[in-house]
Amino acid sequence: MTRTTALCVSNVSLSYGAKRALDDVSFALDRGRFCALLGPNGAGKSTLFSLLTRLLVTREGRIEVAGFDLARNPRAALARIGVVFQQPTLDLDTSVMRNMRYFAALHGMAGRDATARIDAALERLNMRERADEKVRALNGGHRRRMEIARALIHAPEVLLLDEPTVGLDTAARRSITAHVHDLAAEGLTVLWATHLVDEIEPSDDVVVLNRGRVLKQASAAEIAGEGDLIDAFIEMTGGNDEAAA
Amino acid sequence: MNAWTIALYAIVLREAMRFLQNRGRFLSALVRPLVWLVIFAAGFRAALGLSITPPYQTYITYEVYIVPGLCAMIQLFNGMQSSLSLVYDQEMGSMRLLLTSPRPRWWLLFCKLMAGVAVSLLQVYAFLGIAALMGIRMPAMGYVYVLPALVLSGLMLGALGLLISSTIRQLENFAGVMNFVIFPMFFLSTALYPLWKMAEASRLLRDICAVNPFTHAVELIRFALYAQFNGWALLWVGTGAVAFFLLALLGYDPARGLMRRKG
Ligand SMILES: Nc1ncnc2c1ncn2[C@@H]1O[C@H](COP(=O)(O)OP(=O)(O)O)[C@@H](O)[C@H]1O
Ligand SMILES: [Mg+2]
Repeated sequence: MTRTTALCVSNVSLSYGAKRALDDVSFALDRGRFCALLGPNGAGKSTLFSLLTRLLVTREGRIEVAGFDLARNPRAALARIGVVFQQPTLDLDTSVMRNMRYFAALHGMAGRDATARIDAALERLNMRERADEKVRALNGGHRRRMEIARALIHAPEVLLLDEPTVGLDTAARRSITAHVHDLAAEGLTVLWATHLVDEIEPSDDVVVLNRGRVLKQASAAEIAGEGDLIDAFIEMTGGNDEAAA
Repeated sequence: MNAWTIALYAIVLREAMRFLQNRGRFLSALVRPLVWLVIFAAGFRAALGLSITPPYQTYITYEVYIVPGLCAMIQLFNGMQSSLSLVYDQEMGSMRLLLTSPRPRWWLLFCKLMAGVAVSLLQVYAFLGIAALMGIRMPAMGYVYVLPALVLSGLMLGALGLLISSTIRQLENFAGVMNFVIFPMFFLSTALYPLWKMAEASRLLRDICAVNPFTHAVELIRFALYAQFNGWALLWVGTGAVAFFLLALLGYDPARGLMRRKG
């Protein structure tokens, strides 16, 4: 593996009982790339995220984050991952700042160092002026932006986002998609799980996942070919949303 | 502070703040043992003959007898409540956040336990305070000695809750836990009757009580409240805490257990 590979997934499989949720999944992400993990509902995206964050482990396959083997060196690998889960994980009745501080502390940061990092992270997402607001008072888009900022506090190399725009209105979706593309442009490696083709830009990488299998990894433009990405996607996956049996 | 203690402090503080901000939870945590104190004391007083057993040095009234048991009950409920909030998914998100931070899992779960213990301490001391206002007072040093006892019993009961949260698949099963774990644990212990009283009813009952870890939590607290040390209870509670915690760790092992079922 070359030094520029930020995330490498090789031959990863996982079963829930008899159900094969991931089947021999392999792909690699170069540093500073925005990669969409594109798959219909039930494709296995969230399952893969659980494996990448070590909420689940599997004996089949290997995951490397910034050169660290997740199985052998989990803490070094986890320290280099920022993650935004599909379900929001926020303490609604406290301020944005308090939520951020709590997360910083989980990563061992406190005091002035934590404050500086939190300010910088909020600034990157244009959320700094909301630091003292209660999370409950924020709209959905701002809550998600706070979660993304939070995932950046410990300066991870890889940012994982699991369907981060679900439930947001069009404007908020656009803004968040643009923000995260900017982060990738600044050098962060992004894995963005989605089933929505319109969140992907032509220059992005795309890993197409369907029924636990990787169907293709290429740039969005390549996959789209002459036509639209969405047509190519529907053709590949047979248009089966709810691929789950 | 190093990275580990920073995490511990933040996790405990978060749990304590959440508890204090939630008035309803605070009040119900206080009212429940008080109601029990009044009801049981009124209803069972006649049933308990008088006898002087350690740590007591004089005849005691029934409401004095059940205070330590109610302290342990507060902790039992508290442990179950935090496990319920995990099963209910309210706290699953925050658990996910916790478990993906770069510390050993056993430490993170231990922090979570300590946070529950801290909350239970707030409840127990509030309860003891009100009991004192009602005239049920312990020796002054008892309020100090009971702190380490409560920490240990809180760890044991919290670890039991954590263990249950890692093994229960669905909410419906939680009612079963109430019926088959919490109630028997409480009623088949020395919380409401001393062992000699149980022995009068049945030998078997007495023996069950004697091996119930909850009994030993109650006795550890009872003796500590009178500034006395009960080594046998300490051994039991310490062993129980470690055993439940190790089993809970297995339940939260990423290769099996909870996370596999709850995505
Ligand atoms: N905890 C679980 N137990 C059993 N099956 C599961 C569990 N989580 C997900 N699955 C199944 O695994 C497949 C992949 O699910 P998931 O990873 O959530 O897909 P996605 O996030 O792409 O929608 C689905 O068929 C789903 O029903
Ligand atoms: Mg999903």
